Amino acid sequence: MDKNKIQHHIEKYKSLPGGLLPLMHAIQDELGYIPEETYPLISQEMSLSVAEIHGFVSFYHHFRTKKTGKNIIQVCRAESCQAMNSKSIEIYLKDKLGIDYHEMTEDQKFSLEPVYCLGNCACSPSIMINDDVYGRVDKEKIDKLIKDIE
Amino acid sequence: MTIKIYVPIDSTAQSLGANEVAIAIELEAQKRNLEIELVRNGSRGLFWLEPLVEVLHNGDRVAYGPINEGDVKSLFDSKFYEGGKHDKYLGKTDEIVWLKNQERLTFARVGITDPLSLDDYLDHQGFEGLKKAINLEPQNIVDEVKDSGLRGRGGAAFPTGIKWQTVLDTESTQKYIVCNADEGDSGTYSDRMIMENDPFVLIEGMIIAGLAVNADHGYIYLRSEYPHALDVLNQAIKIVEDNNYLGKNILNSNKNFTLEVRRAAGAYICGEETSLLESLEGKRGLVRYKPPLPAIEGLFGKPTVVNNVISLATIPIILSKGAQYYADFGVGRSKGTLPIQLAGNLKQTGLIEKAFGITLRELLYDFGGGSATGKKIKAVQVGGPLGAFISEENFDIELDYEAYSKLNAVVGHGGIVAFDEDVNMAEMARYSFEFCAIESCGKCTPCRIGSTRGMEVIDKIVAKDEQPKNVALLENLCDTMVNGSLCAMGGMTPFPVMSALKYFPNDFGVESKPSET
Repeated sequence: MDKNKIQHHIEKYKSLPGGLLPLMHAIQDELGYIPEETYPLISQEMSLSVAEIHGFVSFYHHFRTKKTGKNIIQVCRAESCQAMNSKSIEIYLKDKLGIDYHEMTEDQKFSLEPVYCLGNCACSPSIMINDDVYGRVDKEKIDKLIKDIE
Repeated sequence: MTIKIYVPIDSTAQSLGANEVAIAIELEAQKRNLEIELVRNGSRGLFWLEPLVEVLHNGDRVAYGPINEGDVKSLFDSKFYEGGKHDKYLGKTDEIVWLKNQERLTFARVGITDPLSLDDYLDHQGFEGLKKAINLEPQNIVDEVKDSGLRGRGGAAFPTGIKWQTVLDTESTQKYIVCNADEGDSGTYSDRMIMENDPFVLIEGMIIAGLAVNADHGYIYLRSEYPHALDVLNQAIKIVEDNNYLGKNILNSNKNFTLEVRRAAGAYICGEETSLLESLEGKRGLVRYKPPLPAIEGLFGKPTVVNNVISLATIPIILSKGAQYYADFGVGRSKGTLPIQLAGNLKQTGLIEKAFGITLRELLYDFGGGSATGKKIKAVQVGGPLGAFISEENFDIELDYEAYSKLNAVVGHGGIVAFDEDVNMAEMARYSFEFCAIESCGKCTPCRIGSTRGMEVIDKIVAKDEQPKNVALLENLCDTMVNGSLCAMGGMTPFPVMSALKYFPNDFGVESKPSET
């Protein structure tokens, strides 16, 4: 963990009202996750207890405290996608990558996460790879997307 | 002469390959030595036709869609830039029936303009509402909003003007405008469309809200699943600031309003207004007790207007065209228009802005074209994951807050998700509880524990384990959740559950319909 980097973000958000939320985003954007080792430093600088920081981070699905794969694949599990058989997409992806939700492939290339709505409901089923959404996905489309990344 | 071509930049259009189409068009034009101007416009919301490519021909926009990369060469071969015929030719965009049969007020510009062109915005009545508001007294602005009959489009349908009045009447040196852009309901995407495709209208609405209640700072609490909207909003705020519509001394009026976007972090509950405020304050998104109302003690304890994206984006047209113009649309106490979003298993999905009063049957069949799979539509969930499932016997009820409320259903944020006959409604009811268990903030017992117990009871009913006793228990549990939960998460999860059981008892293996709850 690069303490200076964390310190830099803390300086930016320390005096901002409600700054913990953007601070945690900044750390996760930089490192890919929020290492628990950062808690004591954040605690000291933001005048919060370590327990409060743990409580905050663990509340939000978006924040992670473990390293993830280089690419994060989010599969929409919400109703609109269910209506277009997203279940088969879930099963296919888990099987293809050999991992379950919240896990990372051995080569650390992919992590798989469930998501509840990507706002792409007009073109269900949808998945998101990093910051890009893909609509009306099927097995062939998934094969192609994964092959392109590999 | 330069040829003007439009390829949408909306993220759903992108999810279907719009960026690749745009690149292919530029390359093909270069190859043929054609001079083009490529505009990345917003989406018209006809998502079954996306990517929808348009070309300006003799003053009209002509549409082709859905276009994929592979179609681009043949589009040029057929001289689409002169309005030439092609398999994917759709005629003049404005004449497409799906679009023509709408009443687009909030979405008037969406799909037409370049989302980040201020000139385009100004050419299409942009900032006319603000220019009117800036010369009015705060009370006059609030009165205008009250008279329009606008009700919160996020789902709760509380009259927007009354909320504003409370904030205006509460004395404080600091007040806030908070835009709830945590659009978490499945089947909804109208907030996203506004933010990506016409961000200036939301900003304009927020500035007017600030003028109306004497607030000088606003926050847009944006869900983290919308990275494209984040980027567009930040760019739009910068453009508006640089042109003196936002910041200090707006349009030389001595009035100030500043605005920032805060990214949410993937908690559905933060769409609930008090949970959202906690999150904005940098805390766990635990729901607050009410009272005090956020309008009196909201963000950082200050009087705060919390409005949904669509409510705020509708303010400019109410101000520019007048309250009466808006109130003339709609039925009963549901005045104005609702941006309806067709989703799930339908042939023709997309955004339909219509006056209240349209029926589900018209939406599903006239607009939606029936199910995508060609099978019978069995159930429709209206209003997101906390909305009831509607069965065919109620497809003819007019979309209206009060009529839906009589059905124990909600219009909500206007999301409509259709399911064909392959759906098992007991599984959907179980999923409603599962979702509630995943997303509950945990503050109140009925929601935190009731959701998990609910899944177990449904499993027992389906397994025919002491079925009559467990059906009664489920009804009892739902009653406790409806009446004992702190907010809509626990309080409305029973809506989809009980509607599934009531209209589709066979899916639960239950022979007779349960009693009314």
